[in-house]
Amino acid sequence: MTDELASTVTDAIEAIRSASSLEALRQAETAALGKRSPLAALSRQLGSMPAEQRKDSGARLQEARSRVSAELDRRRAELEIAERSRRHEAERMDLTEVIGESSRGHVHLLSQTRDELEDVFVGMGYRVAEGPEVETDWYNFEALNMPPAHPARGMWDTLYVRWGEPESTVMRTHTSPVQIRVMEAQSPPIYIVAPGRVYRRDTPDARHLATFHQIEGLVIDRGITFGDLAGTIETFTGSYFGPGIHSRLRPSYFPFTEPSAEFEVTCAICKGDGCRTCSDTGWVELGGCGMVHPNVLRAVGIDPEQWSGFAFGFGIDRCAQVRHEIADMRVFLDNDIRLLSQF
Amino acid sequence: MRVPLSWLRDFAPIEVPPEEVAATLDRLGLVVEAIDRVGQGLEGVVVARVSEISSIPGADRIRRVVVDAGDADPVEVVCGAWNFNEGDVVALATVGTVLPGAPGPITRRKMKGAVSNGMLCSGAELGLSEDHAGILVLPSGLELGARFTDAMGITADVVFDLDITPNRPDAMSIVGVARDLAAALRVPFDRAGPALDESGPDATSVATIRLEAGELCPRFAARVMTDVVVSDAPDVVARRLTLAGMRPINSVVDASNYVMLELGQPSHPYDLDRLPGGGLLVRPARPAEILVTLDGVERRLGDGPHPDCLICDLEGNPVGIAGVMGGASSEISESTTRVLLEVAYFDPMAVARTSKRLGLRTEASARFERGCDPEALELAAARVCALTAAAGARVSAGAIVEGGVPPRRRIRVRPARVNRLLGTSLAPPAVTEYLEPLGFTIQAEEPDAVEVEVPSWRPDVSEEIDLVEEVARHHGYSRIERTVPLTPQVGSLTTYQRERRRLREVMAGAGLTEVWTPSMLPEGDHALVGLDPAHLEIENPLSRDETVLRRTMLPGILRALRYNAGHRNVGLRVFEVGHVFPPPAPGQRLPDERELLSAALWADGDDAAAAVRLWRTVADALRLDSPALVASTSAGLHPARCAQARVAGEPVGHVGEVDPSVVAAFGVEGRVGWLELDLGLLADAPRHPGSAQPVSVYPSSDIDLAFAVDEGVPAATVEATLRDAAGELLSGLWLFDVYRDATVVGEGRRSLAWRLRFVALDRTLTDDEVAEIRRRCIEAVESNHPAALRG
Repeated sequence: MTDELASTVTDAIEAIRSASSLEALRQAETAALGKRSPLAALSRQLGSMPAEQRKDSGARLQEARSRVSAELDRRRAELEIAERSRRHEAERMDLTEVIGESSRGHVHLLSQTRDELEDVFVGMGYRVAEGPEVETDWYNFEALNMPPAHPARGMWDTLYVRWGEPESTVMRTHTSPVQIRVMEAQSPPIYIVAPGRVYRRDTPDARHLATFHQIEGLVIDRGITFGDLAGTIETFTGSYFGPGIHSRLRPSYFPFTEPSAEFEVTCAICKGDGCRTCSDTGWVELGGCGMVHPNVLRAVGIDPEQWSGFAFGFGIDRCAQVRHEIADMRVFLDNDIRLLSQF
Repeated sequence: MRVPLSWLRDFAPIEVPPEEVAATLDRLGLVVEAIDRVGQGLEGVVVARVSEISSIPGADRIRRVVVDAGDADPVEVVCGAWNFNEGDVVALATVGTVLPGAPGPITRRKMKGAVSNGMLCSGAELGLSEDHAGILVLPSGLELGARFTDAMGITADVVFDLDITPNRPDAMSIVGVARDLAAALRVPFDRAGPALDESGPDATSVATIRLEAGELCPRFAARVMTDVVVSDAPDVVARRLTLAGMRPINSVVDASNYVMLELGQPSHPYDLDRLPGGGLLVRPARPAEILVTLDGVERRLGDGPHPDCLICDLEGNPVGIAGVMGGASSEISESTTRVLLEVAYFDPMAVARTSKRLGLRTEASARFERGCDPEALELAAARVCALTAAAGARVSAGAIVEGGVPPRRRIRVRPARVNRLLGTSLAPPAVTEYLEPLGFTIQAEEPDAVEVEVPSWRPDVSEEIDLVEEVARHHGYSRIERTVPLTPQVGSLTTYQRERRRLREVMAGAGLTEVWTPSMLPEGDHALVGLDPAHLEIENPLSRDETVLRRTMLPGILRALRYNAGHRNVGLRVFEVGHVFPPPAPGQRLPDERELLSAALWADGDDAAAAVRLWRTVADALRLDSPALVASTSAGLHPARCAQARVAGEPVGHVGEVDPSVVAAFGVEGRVGWLELDLGLLADAPRHPGSAQPVSVYPSSDIDLAFAVDEGVPAATVEATLRDAAGELLSGLWLFDVYRDATVVGEGRRSLAWRLRFVALDRTLTDDEVAEIRRRCIEAVESNHPAALRG
């Protein structure tokens, strides 16, 4: 029996090893371990053996079955892996031949810029206020300490709307009217920014459009100082433009603030070393600011002895231009998708 | 305002380098836009005469030029300019010269076989003008080989180009800039000029002044000069005028202009012999008075809502528009021998109005409308006379002065208030120390305040805050410690603002790109999209393309599509968020501006259906409660493919397709789906409550129902009936098939198939329960609508 068992096992293992598919393996399994297999036949002979021989033969038989089973498991695992990879291979795709581009659209660069600027100030504790784009002379000029025929009105080329008394209705030339609307609607303390679209009667050039966007800030509280203004501008500058970009104020004139200042920020191109963009000064002009003029506070019934505040304003478009190196702002007039989809 | 450093030094000993002067001016708010270094770097430039010009073989842009620069040997140069001939006198920059603004020295070069031993210079290369077009051709008769600057009388100088803000009329003058600068540099300042030789007859015996203008001209001074020789102004006057950007004309006019620049006080010289009556009358213009001004233009006065002030001869004929421009009839000419000089203080507002209405802005009007110094008339008059006399004239004794000097303003300034507003801690004397060098004088000292008198040249200073600014300017903005206020509130966006941002993101996610189209449209656009022409108009549009305020974004967006189509960017989906301006009702002060979201779907296959899907996306993103569409019409939209979008029964906008004829009218091809939502209405629309709806763990049951429904019955109404009939166990309802075939469904009907999903929170539904609901649904639809269940 020993020789017979050994050759049976050898044959079975040979058949298992040569099975080239899971189906062939199943047949090899039936042939090796099934009811009609030589091993099954040998098992059946055990019963007719003497007891001591039976014990010995039984053990050997069991060992032979184990060897065959182990070989079966090993081969099955091999074939399963092969089968899986065959299936995978049959489904192979060249993922670089897929047709179709990103189907996502794009929020306008200037909207993104506006959102980001708003977020900086929201982070500093401000709320966001808005107002109409068609304004009365009162909100756009008079309440801002510019009585009729005030020479400073010439600082803005105004588009007038044919409505009401002549020159009484305007396309707002700045976002400052929102200051007045907020102060009329709300008592101090006030911490707001007011972004929005403004209009000038101006021929567009590389750096200016006739319709553009500003963001205005207004703070009214007890004990607000010029130092608070300068510190706020500096905090904003670092937060929006990043570390290494600083601000400086220099005296200027706006009828609705006093003291007034222009604020400049470190030229982002040369980091302050001087280059063509900043005319070798190391600084680029960003906007105007100042302490809210007492006449403006009086115009809305706020006592300038009790409250003080500052206001600032600058171009959203200008920020985008500086940050994204847009050579000519007029590209935005066309709404060319090749430009809009870059951002 | 162009300010030569040498001129500033007439009034203050400014010895710091020009860079420091510029930085100081900047710190004071007298912003330096440019620094021109005139006549510097020209040491190697000599006078030369062109003796020969010849072409260079193989070169058609440059020529070989031989010049005589005074030496024995001629100099050969290569030149690309063509504006000169043999015999012309030119400026030769010799080898080694570094011209102003040039990157390096001029070297000996070989070009196309010719040798260039220097360069013939243009005005721009010499830093003398903006002229790049050709080389500078000099007057003949200059000594050849002489240093160019010597021959031309050019003195090295630095000119600061200043941007003066409108509140600082005092700084529109050399003395004003010098005063501010001297204070900042802590050097003395003195504007007094040399004494005047008044050897002529008494002015009042020669000329008469009548002031009848009331408020328009509070003060008027005149001087008379006889034996006037109208010639060229003295060199220093002509040179400084040129540096300041004005053209020298003659000794009389130049003296007047020079003093305007120097003291900020305009004046006007008249030929006294061309003034009938021998004097001047100042009066308001009568309606429709005509005057030909110095520039030869006929001006009509006295027609505005406010009076214009005229200068007239004593017969009443206008000879000048006060503060704006003189008339042609009494202009100084070469034959003038007697001059009447007008130096006046006009009402700033009156000059501003007249100048604006006439569209005529001059150096004089720019100064008068900001406010001149009413006390400086005599000083300015004497200065003009002294300069005129230097070129030849006898000055009559005395000035004729009409009108009085307005009192100087007095202001209380509280040092504590200054510190409270600036965030500084200046001692009270430090505050006044900043003010005094500017001409403010202390009148009285109180325990907590100082009363100061405002100098007559500072019309901008009228209250305490103006002094706070002066202190801040001279203390230095950069020296004020920076602090950040602690906000008493949490920063946030409003719900409206947050939702607007979300809408933009939803649009972008749905494949739409944001555009920003103009708020102002050409006149005919509203009619093109079927809106009546009731719109707000721009009174003074810059172009015909932007004359009315938009009531819809449709024209702007269609134009954006067409622009892109023109660049082969087709198949776009775009949106815009912006304001539209419906015309106000009579009596309404401002239009009821609306903020809209408009979306145009123009990708392949897009139509009204795509717009409906976008609307559903919006409704889902904003969690709108019971969004619905109801067939409707809207201007510019396809009348048979348009629905009003509603939330809980209230309109929020329109969905549909742009009318193909409108699409075509804007030159766009194909169908354009359209969604327009009013963000204000949307903000008020009810939303799903924030509370979570439980999700069942039990299996759900689906039933499909297909009905043949009459055309004309909206699917939405059948769906509403189904939803009602289905009851609370309904967890989903989808229209999944629409089918039209008269032979199958019947004439005038279409098949609409819905899937309804039912589930209970607490059990598995039985077949009987579902069958009962199914029966109810069918019955409800068939009894409420012209519809029948399909087998």
